[in-house]
Amino acid sequence: MAAELHVELVAADRQVWSGEATLVVARTTSGDIGVMPGHQPLLGVLESGPVTIRTSDGGTVVAAVHGGFISFADDKLSLLAEIAELAEEIDVQRVERELERAKAEDDEDAQRRADVRLRAATSTR
Amino acid sequence: MGAQLRVYKRRIRSVTATKKITKAMEMIAASRVVKAQRKVAASKPYADELTRAVKSVATGSNTKHPLTTEAENPTRAAVLLLTSDRGLAGAFNSNAIKAGEQLTERLEREGKQVETFIVGRRGVAHYNFRERKIAEAWTGFTDEPTYGDAKKVAAPLIETIETPETDGGADELYIVFTEFVSMMTQTAVAERLLPLRLDEVTEEKTGDGEIRPLYDFEPSAEDVLDALLPRYVESRIYNALLQSAASKHAATRRAMKSATDNAGELINTLSRLANAARQAEITQEISEIVGGASALADATAGSDR
Repeated sequence: MAAELHVELVAADRQVWSGEATLVVARTTSGDIGVMPGHQPLLGVLESGPVTIRTSDGGTVVAAVHGGFISFADDKLSLLAEIAELAEEIDVQRVERELERAKAEDDEDAQRRADVRLRAATSTR
Repeated sequence: MGAQLRVYKRRIRSVTATKKITKAMEMIAASRVVKAQRKVAASKPYADELTRAVKSVATGSNTKHPLTTEAENPTRAAVLLLTSDRGLAGAFNSNAIKAGEQLTERLEREGKQVETFIVGRRGVAHYNFRERKIAEAWTGFTDEPTYGDAKKVAAPLIETIETPETDGGADELYIVFTEFVSMMTQTAVAERLLPLRLDEVTEEKTGDGEIRPLYDFEPSAEDVLDALLPRYVESRIYNALLQSAASKHAATRRAMKSATDNAGELINTLSRLANAARQAEITQEISEIVGGASALADATAGSDR
């Protein structure tokens, strides 16, 4: 059995995903970071962006996270985000509409959020 | 039907209607408690992980942060009081307000100036009626608070704690809310949120003799702590809001249950009284008939002779 790490992806109001993985790629404020089993204990601040989790059965889980933290110790990794959505939960058409509206209203935060969602949703399809 | 009996019947009808309403409210509250409890449980993973992260930064680095260091001579404190928007919940709101007032009194005795922040219409009404100053108040979401609401509440509090006290900021942040212990027990508690009590935070961790990992901070321990602590406050407030909502529903359920029980008892008493009144009426009618008949019989017997 290949080494694996236990991942918990939690949003403020629910647990989004939990399982075993071999690699987790996330974007921190100082750049993208990939965590594999046996990594040094780490605590970082996440940027809004897609998080890619390679599960131990070979699949890929992509989630859009908006702010939050990554913490890793003892082969247990937790991703904490105020808002987190799995790619398959994201309704692409709705997000596109949101993006349009955000652009029209010049709302940069909303635009960024919609953009992150869209990138997460489209990267798996 | 006699006048007395009619009055009883009318009262029975009105109490029965009230009983139906309180019974319905009891059942609504019962279902909401379960929902609110589920939300408390759903928010737990995030809160747990966040607490763990705060612990690791606080113990794994020698960073000094304004939110973790105690002021040498604290002179100002902010108190957040969580009440509900609606009443009909027994002593729920008065207990929370009482706990808040005790805390305020204690802080003032210690020579601190207290600023009060209130969530919930009931608390606001209480303070307004006594013409006390409220720094800021929020209403309208106490039944089903969302994380967005918690953020809204947390923002000015974090701002207050971050501004130096000479500019009207506060050194300490307290929160008063009703802890959901069980379906039957809810207690109003006052807790200090900030500055963090590190001994309290680290206590359980050191107990089991576990070796704490040496963390690598990305980008730096200061930045992580800077980003972490506001989130920690938000998550604690969110948790308090949820617990307070669950407690409120449980208190409503209990109050409505006793109201329903009392209505049932009242209906029983009233039906007994109504029965007695009806029986008295019948007895009176019979004695009137018998009296009339014997008077008639006496009269006829007299004329026969």
